[in-house]
Amino acid sequence: MEKAAGAGGRWIIGCNYRGGMAKLDISTTEGELRMALGGRLDADGVAPIWQQARAALDRNRALPVRVEAAGVDYCDGAGLAFLVDLRRHPRQGGAAVEIQGLPERFRRLLDQFDPAAFRSAPAARQAGEGIFASIGRSAAALGLDLKSQVAFVGEAGRALALALRHPRQVRWRDTLAVAEAAGVNALPIVTLVAFILGVIIAYQSALTMRQFGAEVYVADLIGISMVRELAPLMTAILLAGRSGAAFAAEIATMRVNEEIDALSTFGFDPVPFLVLPRVLAAMVVTPVLAVYADGISILGGAVTLRLFQVPLVTFYNEVFSWVQMHDLLGGLFKCLVFGLVIAGIGCLRGLQTGNGAVAVGISTTRAVVSALVLIVVVDGAFAVVYYHLGI
Amino acid sequence: MSGPLISVQGLAVGFGGQPLLEGIGFEVEQGQVLVIIGESGCGKTLLLKNMIGLYRPLAGRVLIAGTDLAASEGDQRRAVQRKFGVAYQSGALFGSMSLLDNVRLPLEEYTRLDDAAIELVARLKLSQVGLLGSEAKMPAELSGGMQKRAAIARAMALDPAILFLDEPSAGLDPVTAAGIDQLILQLSDAQGITFVVVTHELASIFAIADRAVMLDREARGIIAAGKPEDLRDHSPHPRVARFFHREAAP
Ligand SMILES: Nc1ncnc2c1ncn2[C@@H]1O[C@H](COP(=O)(O)OP(=O)(O)OP(=O)(O)O)[C@@H](O)[C@H]1O
Ligand SMILES: [Mg+2]
Repeated sequence: MEKAAGAGGRWIIGCNYRGGMAKLDISTTEGELRMALGGRLDADGVAPIWQQARAALDRNRALPVRVEAAGVDYCDGAGLAFLVDLRRHPRQGGAAVEIQGLPERFRRLLDQFDPAAFRSAPAARQAGEGIFASIGRSAAALGLDLKSQVAFVGEAGRALALALRHPRQVRWRDTLAVAEAAGVNALPIVTLVAFILGVIIAYQSALTMRQFGAEVYVADLIGISMVRELAPLMTAILLAGRSGAAFAAEIATMRVNEEIDALSTFGFDPVPFLVLPRVLAAMVVTPVLAVYADGISILGGAVTLRLFQVPLVTFYNEVFSWVQMHDLLGGLFKCLVFGLVIAGIGCLRGLQTGNGAVAVGISTTRAVVSALVLIVVVDGAFAVVYYHLGI
Repeated sequence: MSGPLISVQGLAVGFGGQPLLEGIGFEVEQGQVLVIIGESGCGKTLLLKNMIGLYRPLAGRVLIAGTDLAASEGDQRRAVQRKFGVAYQSGALFGSMSLLDNVRLPLEEYTRLDDAAIELVARLKLSQVGLLGSEAKMPAELSGGMQKRAAIARAMALDPAILFLDEPSAGLDPVTAAGIDQLILQLSDAQGITFVVVTHELASIFAIADRAVMLDREARGIIAAGKPEDLRDHSPHPRVARFFHREAAP
């Protein structure tokens, strides 16, 4: 097949390509563009000749094209695409592209594709919108989101009230399982974080207090700040990251798999069926975890203050003379609300999921972010209320 | 190439060390269409997944073009994997990509075609399964049957020598299902592609199969193998006859 470049405007491009081998031989003679094709037309074979073929067609837009394909001994999907590309090429004045001699079995495959159908670009997804449109859309989405959160709070509240009146209708077994996963299984991480928090705060304050000889008051500081603020906050943040995310991912996957649809066609309302057990479990588990975190972080402080020559007994007396019952109860009530908010928003984000694996990821992210924002808001609100109540 | 393209020898497959099927052996020649049949839950999908190397067989081996996939690693394994395409029973399209991108992905990774060429190859594949015009859709926006067809298009993307199809026409209307059958025949005739197809559709079995292998849960293995017509007319086994005559179990 190797030929030298001859006279009369002939040029030859032969491509020998490892393994697969396709040959293209292009010439212009007597007002006609001639392409002789041979060898194996597969992805490896056509990759190197495709560009030359396209370039030759572009250069001679007005000439009729004759493709001699008798030498083709194999043609797969990529080869067919190559031939369809030649056929669909836009020609001036309707100059034809004719493919001749293609073995019959490949011809049948080729003829099932109408070149005209592939001339236009494939339908694309809608392109990005202008800045004003997207601002408007975001604002509208924010409004809708607020509305759905309010509606959800209403529904969850109704479900809670119903549960109080008819406790037998609550799915206690699910509730227990969730409480175990969200509470018992969270003990190691809560222990770790609470202890470290206690150590760090004790150490940093003790360094400063030592200058005034007031190391012993670090005990009061630890006691009050942990019980009132830090332990509930830390517990809530851990719960949001562990269980809020888990609730959202689980319910979102159920939505994607049409399990939620299946539930509702059985007449089960997803709120009492899925949301209520999770919310109840979280409301029970959060205060318990917070009490535990109180204890562990105070222990961490006590251990640290030993380094500053404060005896355990002194530490103990300081903490318990200073921290009052209302401090503890105030912190725990806050935890009750944190649990409600975290579980509620996790379930809501799960129920709001769109379609596909990506949507599950988005829902989970949104659940954690919303939970963190709500924790801060709720905490701030409690600070104001407690201040006015004098707690 | 000499010898069969796929050779299954003394295969035992199952979960948790418990074999569900044992002593499975058959061969598939190049260009043949092999159909795997059997009642629901007898282990057809499991056998298929063992053949493509997703699970490690409990015993025996599967040779694809002479290579044991389960025993190979790295480049050798990838070279065998490139010889076949798989369409899973549930579609298993990538949910974050449009239909076109699902088909484009393997082409972009494994061929040296330029962008326009890849796009055209992918669109031809989609048009072969009747999905031209839906390129921009996301998998979640497709009907069940469309997802199935898209999965077939993606399996064909690299023009593999072997196509494994798990129930390609289940849930499709008769016209579309016949179209899939025609596609299988065309590809095996013109390009010599070898097919291993799991299917329950009697019409489809008679239309496409060169050979059928029937699995059975109670017998824990193959209870019949051969041309579908022979199985229908001459099999001594009552369960085989029931399957081909569409009779309920007594
Ligand atoms: N992950 C798994 N763990 C344990 N057992 C499984 C698992 N997946 C499937 N099975 C069991 O293996 C058996 C075979 O399953 P397989 O999916 O291969 O059936 P099949 O023949 O493809 O059925 P169908 O025609 O309904 O698709 C079934 O009885 C099923 O219960
Ligand atoms: Mg199956």
